[in-house]
Amino acid sequence: MTTQTKFPTLEERGFGDGGNGGEGSAGRSAGGNGTALSVGPTGIWIAMASITMFFAAFTSAMVVRAGLGADWTRVALPRILYLNTAMLLASSVTLELSGRSLRAAREGPFFGWLMATAALGVAFLAGQLDAWRELAARGVYLATNPACSFFYLLTAAHGAHLAGGLLALFYLVARHRRIARGASGQTILKVTTLYWHFMDILWLYLFLMLALWV
Amino acid sequence: MAACPATGRRMGGGRAARVPQSVRSSDMAKASSESVAPQVAQGFWRKYVFSTDHQIIGKQYYFLALFAALVAMFLSWLMRVHLAWPRLAIPGLNALSASGAPAGLMTPEYYLSLLTVHGTLMIFFVLTTAPQAGFGNCLLPAQLGAERMAFPRLNMLSFWLTFTSLGVLLASFFVRGGPAISGWTAYPPLSALGSITGPGEGLGQSLWIISIALFCVASLLGALNFITTTLDLRAPGMTLMRMPLTAWAWFVTAILMLLSFAVLLAACVLLMLDRVAGTSFFVPSGLIVSGQMIHGHAGGSPLLWEHLFWFFGHPEVYIAILPAMGVTSHLLSCFARKPVFGYRAMVWATIAIGFLGFLVWGHHMFVSGMNPYSAFAFAVLTVIIAVPSAVKTFNWLGTLWGGRLRLTTAMLFALGFVSIFVSGGLSGIFLAEPPVDVQLHATYFVVAHFHLVMGMAAMFGIFSGTYFWFPKMFGRMMNETLGKIHFILTFVGAYCVFMPMYFLGMAGNVRRYAQFVDPYLQPLMPLQRFITVAALGLGAAQFLFIFNLFWSLFGGKKAGENPWQATTLEWATPGAARAVYRGPYEYAVAGQEQDFVMQNAPDAGPSRARKEAADDNADQISNA
Repeated sequence: MTTQTKFPTLEERGFGDGGNGGEGSAGRSAGGNGTALSVGPTGIWIAMASITMFFAAFTSAMVVRAGLGADWTRVALPRILYLNTAMLLASSVTLELSGRSLRAAREGPFFGWLMATAALGVAFLAGQLDAWRELAARGVYLATNPACSFFYLLTAAHGAHLAGGLLALFYLVARHRRIARGASGQTILKVTTLYWHFMDILWLYLFLMLALWV
Repeated sequence: MAACPATGRRMGGGRAARVPQSVRSSDMAKASSESVAPQVAQGFWRKYVFSTDHQIIGKQYYFLALFAALVAMFLSWLMRVHLAWPRLAIPGLNALSASGAPAGLMTPEYYLSLLTVHGTLMIFFVLTTAPQAGFGNCLLPAQLGAERMAFPRLNMLSFWLTFTSLGVLLASFFVRGGPAISGWTAYPPLSALGSITGPGEGLGQSLWIISIALFCVASLLGALNFITTTLDLRAPGMTLMRMPLTAWAWFVTAILMLLSFAVLLAACVLLMLDRVAGTSFFVPSGLIVSGQMIHGHAGGSPLLWEHLFWFFGHPEVYIAILPAMGVTSHLLSCFARKPVFGYRAMVWATIAIGFLGFLVWGHHMFVSGMNPYSAFAFAVLTVIIAVPSAVKTFNWLGTLWGGRLRLTTAMLFALGFVSIFVSGGLSGIFLAEPPVDVQLHATYFVVAHFHLVMGMAAMFGIFSGTYFWFPKMFGRMMNETLGKIHFILTFVGAYCVFMPMYFLGMAGNVRRYAQFVDPYLQPLMPLQRFITVAALGLGAAQFLFIFNLFWSLFGGKKAGENPWQATTLEWATPGAARAVYRGPYEYAVAGQEQDFVMQNAPDAGPSRARKEAADDNADQISNA
């Protein structure tokens, strides 16, 4: 039972044009699953696995802490969280529309939807800050009770990760002309899109957790 | 299993994959020269300091680990001398800490500071850093036939975060109260309440947490790089089952790091919030510390920290040991001039150890009041790890069996690894049993166990790798005579220091005590003094290694391209075609002129049919 192992040719893997070498070499889009093309998406999938573990640790801490005793006092979640959630969901849609416009070679809508995504991202973070301000106005702070500790902790941790995605969006906005010409940045757009959707799903999960436990 | 030296035809799990005709070595050479050339013209800072070259980064990690190991060893000397002669003032120690060691005589708290930093340095900055980030960066791309790591700038960031992390940890020697006293496990509430719980628990403990959090981020980025490189940048023909066992070890270790350091990072965030923000994740109600009632915290649980910490902590010991296992497998094959016995079994054992490592953290908590049924489950899962560990050990012996051994220094350390791993590992089966563990917990039995199976075994892996890869990393050979003296002293020294600790533990000698003043411990003091003398000798022997290392950098014999006549790609001619035609350990292959065939050696035309027939045969044998 001799099995022939198939592997892509050097050209397909990006060897032919030096794509395995320095960063930013031209013509790396040639070929199917070239190496230079795939490290970005592979890397972001792996990073998402790690971020998942990070939040899984917080989740298990929350479940354990909630079960420990009588000091777990539930907090009424600020209403603005629903608006924030809607904006974040919308931002995933606009980013997807942006990518589709790019693939259809329509530069205007590509840039427009990209800007909309970044704006919705900023609005989401501002909304999260407003939720904090509302809680603080009610006299609910980080250390007031364990439930609100987890509220602040999880929203802050998610916000910090989302801010990273936002930086990537700003970078794409700044380079949108070069991306539209197909010169570079395709991989960054792909990676950012994956990460942004992941932030979206992560928030839905956290929001559900907060709604159920906090 | 038939590892038959007569025919010698056992592929290391390799299949008869062919490199397509489109692979032309001239293309490869062109591609590699194009990508390497721009990196030459760089200034000193970009080339050697803020470098994105994985080989430089690997060496940076290696020397960082060497420095950390020396500091940690020096601390262990101080502790051992104090344990053996508690009333002996150590000259100059008061200069390091006037409050911790007035007149050179260390306080019990300062002993705990030294213990904490020793453990933290060794586990994070030596055993996690040198075998994985150090050797891995230097050799993983080369072994896979990749030109570089997947993300060079991220790689640089990983190293400098690690460097900063080490600086932050060592800075705690120079703050009020000195370094943390809560051990490398930093259990709350001791670690969560600030300076009220002791000197070192103020700023020192905060610096410890910051240092470890930075280390977590650095390790996560490093792991990301290793996994992506392994998945995406392998040379054509380098299937997963043709990777050297070192590459497999680095790959699985990176996965463990990716998943476990994320949890430790989360735990560090929670602990820091308890310290500075007044939250109560880990601090229970009604604590009285140093005669004072603790206010402002209530309802938390130290056990929550223990679960989070050991969910990281147990995979961490495999992070330390798996690369050393990989090095040992790699070297035993090379220096026995035989294929690795049971390559596939070795790969699956590596994966199994990594996977099971995530399911056994509870065995560190048998005395925490755990439900006996949980303890039973953790115990069963723990002893199951003995199975893949034994698979590895027997395969090492199988690789050696009937081999034509070349007893180089690197080989001696690899053989030493097997010995020490068994001596340290077998006691793990004792500790895995809750009823036995209740007796042995917090005694020197545990100290002996983890120092042998994780500490010394991983150090032997590091030494072995250093003597083996030095010619690859620095272009020169290390001195073999000095190396062999170093091996004998280290091997004998390791057993003299750590084997007696098993007996101390069984006699009930508690660990973490700064002085043994209880009457029942007095008969054990002569053994304690013997251990201290042996530890001083073991440490002194390491200066032979340091001397050999630095002398050989400049004065060693120039190394040829492939000084050990090894088969894997790190020894391939630079710039040669990086296409892979065969498994990693083709030693003593019948019908070849030499007794080894490199992975990038193409098949000669007529022999291909024979080779495939032999492969079929090997497959049938391994499937049987």
